[in-house]
Amino acid sequence: MNKLVARAALLTALLVVGCAGPTETVVLLPNPGGQDTAVTVTRDGRQVVLAQPYAGARLGRGGAEAFASSAGQVQARYGTALAAQPLPPAQFTLFFIENKDELTDESKRIVDSVFAEIARRPIPDVIVIGHTDTVGNDAANDALSRQRADVVRAAFVARGLAADKVVTVGRGKREPAVATGDGVAEARNRRVEILVR
Amino acid sequence: MTKTFSLRLGRGGLVVAAALCVALPAQADVGQIKVATGQVFVDRKGQSLPGRVGLPLEADDVLRTGADGSVGITMRDNSLLSAGPNSILSLEHFEFDPTTSEGRFDARLQRGTLAVVSGRIAKKAPQAMTVRTPSAVLGVRGTEFVVSVDE
Repeated sequence: MNKLVARAALLTALLVVGCAGPTETVVLLPNPGGQDTAVTVTRDGRQVVLAQPYAGARLGRGGAEAFASSAGQVQARYGTALAAQPLPPAQFTLFFIENKDELTDESKRIVDSVFAEIARRPIPDVIVIGHTDTVGNDAANDALSRQRADVVRAAFVARGLAADKVVTVGRGKREPAVATGDGVAEARNRRVEILVR
Repeated sequence: MTKTFSLRLGRGGLVVAAALCVALPAQADVGQIKVATGQVFVDRKGQSLPGRVGLPLEADDVLRTGADGSVGITMRDNSLLSAGPNSILSLEHFEFDPTTSEGRFDARLQRGTLAVVSGRIAKKAPQAMTVRTPSAVLGVRGTEFVVSVDE
């Protein structure tokens, strides 16, 4: 008899928790890039870290509860939201022949791929990002990297891309493709990256 | 002063451009709607705009979807946010320096379902991006995740 009472009490408690207030759920998804990934969930000063793919946290009035979700559960609950996810940006890199204003032959072919990617997207926008090697100071390299991006942008516009679809960015020497010490001339770092979004 | 640069492309031949004179698009936009199905609205400064594909987004915009709606947006830092039906998503705060990748992005899911792929802001400084729900703050560490708020 006592057992029954206890069960009834437990059931009532669960129902109360189940019905009370909003329930919030968070699920970490696998990272296609394979890097380490995590989401922190902070509530009332307490933090839970989700660090494994499909690790979930459910927050109700009764508190936070960890649970293991799955690809199938995520698809069932979030399929519509995931289906609306925009295409991830497509990235291309253009290199220049040393001491010339001419792209390498391979980069000329890449320009064709850039335009094919633009044509594939319903509402494309393009970001042109200039980079430098590590010779010179930040201010000079920021200006130079912006100049490189502006040159490529002008060429894209001349080839028919609407001017209002392209923005340029100069990142200077902050993100070398090849790690070098400071003050090192490196052709692979003198480049322009194209993001088609 | 006008500096002239030139660049040889595959098909275009020699293109000469006064590159420094080119006016760039305004950077007030924080992102753009890339995908929209069903009923989608953007609440902005007391007005409700139809959330069509291509609409530029501004800070403080609130995106709402109907029972048959979903919407996908790309932010300037390459963050991708997409919401399912019956959702309310606020872009509470967005600032981004494209040169340094420094900035701040706070979004809030008040209701519904949301899928998130974090972008450059979170890559540069994980604490600089949060997604809030009615009761919790989610921190992002180079991540894809989903969130729901059920009433």
